[in-house]
Amino acid sequence: MEKWSHMKTNNKLTHSKKVKSNKLKWLSYPYILWMMAFILIPLFMVLYYGLTNKDGFFTFENILQITESMNRKALRLALELSIASTIICLLLAYPLALILSKMQMKSNSFIVLIIILPMWMNFLLRTIAWQNILEKTGIINNFLNFLHLPTLNIINTPAAIVLGMVYNFLPFMVLPIYNVLIKIDKDIVNAARDLGANSIHTFLKIIFPLSMPGVLSGITMVFVPSLTTFVISSILGGSKIVLIGNVIEQKFKLGTWHTGSGLSLVLMIFILLSMAILAKYDKDKEGTNVW
Amino acid sequence: MAENKLIDLINITKSYGDTVVLDELNLYIRENEFLTLLGPSGCGKTTTLRIIGGFENPNKGQVIFDGKDITNLPPNERKLNTVFQKYALFSHMTISENIAFGLKISKKSKQYINDKIKYALKLVNLDDFGNRMPDSLSGGQQQRIAIARAIVNEPKVLLLDEPLGALDLKLRQDMQYELIRLKNELGITFIYVTHDQEEALTMSDTIVVMNQGYIQQIGKPEDIYNEPKNAFVADFIGDSNIIASTMVDDRLVNILGNNFSCVDIGFGKNKPVDVVIRPEDIDLVKPEEGTIRGRVTSLIFKGVHYEMDVMANGHEWLVHSTDLCAVGSEVGIMVDPYDIQIMKKPESEDEQAVEINDSM
Repeated sequence: MEKWSHMKTNNKLTHSKKVKSNKLKWLSYPYILWMMAFILIPLFMVLYYGLTNKDGFFTFENILQITESMNRKALRLALELSIASTIICLLLAYPLALILSKMQMKSNSFIVLIIILPMWMNFLLRTIAWQNILEKTGIINNFLNFLHLPTLNIINTPAAIVLGMVYNFLPFMVLPIYNVLIKIDKDIVNAARDLGANSIHTFLKIIFPLSMPGVLSGITMVFVPSLTTFVISSILGGSKIVLIGNVIEQKFKLGTWHTGSGLSLVLMIFILLSMAILAKYDKDKEGTNVW
Repeated sequence: MAENKLIDLINITKSYGDTVVLDELNLYIRENEFLTLLGPSGCGKTTTLRIIGGFENPNKGQVIFDGKDITNLPPNERKLNTVFQKYALFSHMTISENIAFGLKISKKSKQYINDKIKYALKLVNLDDFGNRMPDSLSGGQQQRIAIARAIVNEPKVLLLDEPLGALDLKLRQDMQYELIRLKNELGITFIYVTHDQEEALTMSDTIVVMNQGYIQQIGKPEDIYNEPKNAFVADFIGDSNIIASTMVDDRLVNILGNNFSCVDIGFGKNKPVDVVIRPEDIDLVKPEEGTIRGRVTSLIFKGVHYEMDVMANGHEWLVHSTDLCAVGSEVGIMVDPYDIQIMKKPESEDEQAVEINDSM
């Protein structure tokens, strides 16, 4: 009797599991619909606008707008600043992630919390806060004045933009690196030490190479939003510093959708290019999975 | 005996927070010995190995290696190498690069390194694997590479932390023979950690049985098996009947109300003792010929022998025999005097502590 009842419940379990997974499939449909409506269709629209002129004829004109000196400069500056902020993020994040991974925390959620905490405040608000801090009459300069030191001109410089980028995107560099580091088996590090490697050698030859997937993932997650940002540059860069993101924003605001789309396509090529380069080095595909 | 102590552990104490893992442990390892630390999980065997390897520091005590105090030396400055349980191969390097890792650090010439890689791969029977990546190898192959990676550095001692634990039974048995062969070929000291008593009995020169951070018994495999010092060792190493009894006189023990002659002396008169009788040492005879009468209560065919439970004088005796006695049949139990192992009841504080901890 007892055996029978066990079997029955077992049957029920497997049966209900099947039904559940079928039901769960349905749950993904709204997202697929959402993706179609708001990601794929706009993507095709950008592609369409980018490759046609006002009369709807095929043209490369919009894409070639990038060769115009102002646009070229904006793209170059955007590339320079985003690369700079990516490098700074990496230099700041790696040691932090390394230290955090070595701390024997009872739960990782605490670390994730302190990294994510700044994100609880609105992105715009945080950036505007920096504007207030860096302004000519801002907190830093008030303090310097108080000490009778010369004022610092940081606001409306590329440095301010890089600062904004680093501040906003640093968590996206720390988290993937931290996640990879805590997954490295301690005995692998022990094995390297056991075979005679000192701690520096162990880091260079074992820990760093093994953390590459996290580094690459972090680079992608900082570089891409930095390259395309127009909010940080317009708040902290003032009107004189124009990044490619600002140019595209302007084009759309002025109603020249064709040119804006064309320039977006150019930017997209750069993003895809950077991701392709990173994916080539990332054997475990952990970095590309994020996107 | 003026035997060479290669490693000497003196009064090693290690605790994590309030948990004492090792308590005043003293142990020495001779040169060219295959020594196995054997015990259940949490007995401190792996911690002992890690202290020798330098991955853990003892709270108290000294590690002497070749006459020098290495207690505070980091692992990379110790002349011994470790084989880890989960292989711990460097997944981003080829097999050759893995093996060359230690040699490159000690700045050996290219020619020397290449020769060593070839030699090591041959030694572990994986000649053509040099350019493969670790992930493409099976568990057994990865473990052999881990061994190769360790021994190319010509350590005086090889530490092995349950190296066969993740392998299946057949592979494990093959690897046991391979390890013995390696040990003989290399002529170095092996310190081996396992919870598998069979593995320990097969490979070791010396077995150290540990429990609750204390050493229970040190000895040759035969001695550990045939003459366990206490109930824990007897119980942990193989199947056994452990029965509380009374030592009537020298060479005479009263087990469950019947007198058995034995070969042990010096326990005193009418002293409580524990008796260990291995199941294969019990002879089942006709009821009237046995020292004790009993009835067979269960019978299982085990391949090599039958395993039977015999109820006699209120105790269930475990018996291994190639002769079959049907369930319900009446039998006599006979034990040869030299097959009865007498053990002192725990008296000293340490032993007592172990007993108390055991029952928890």
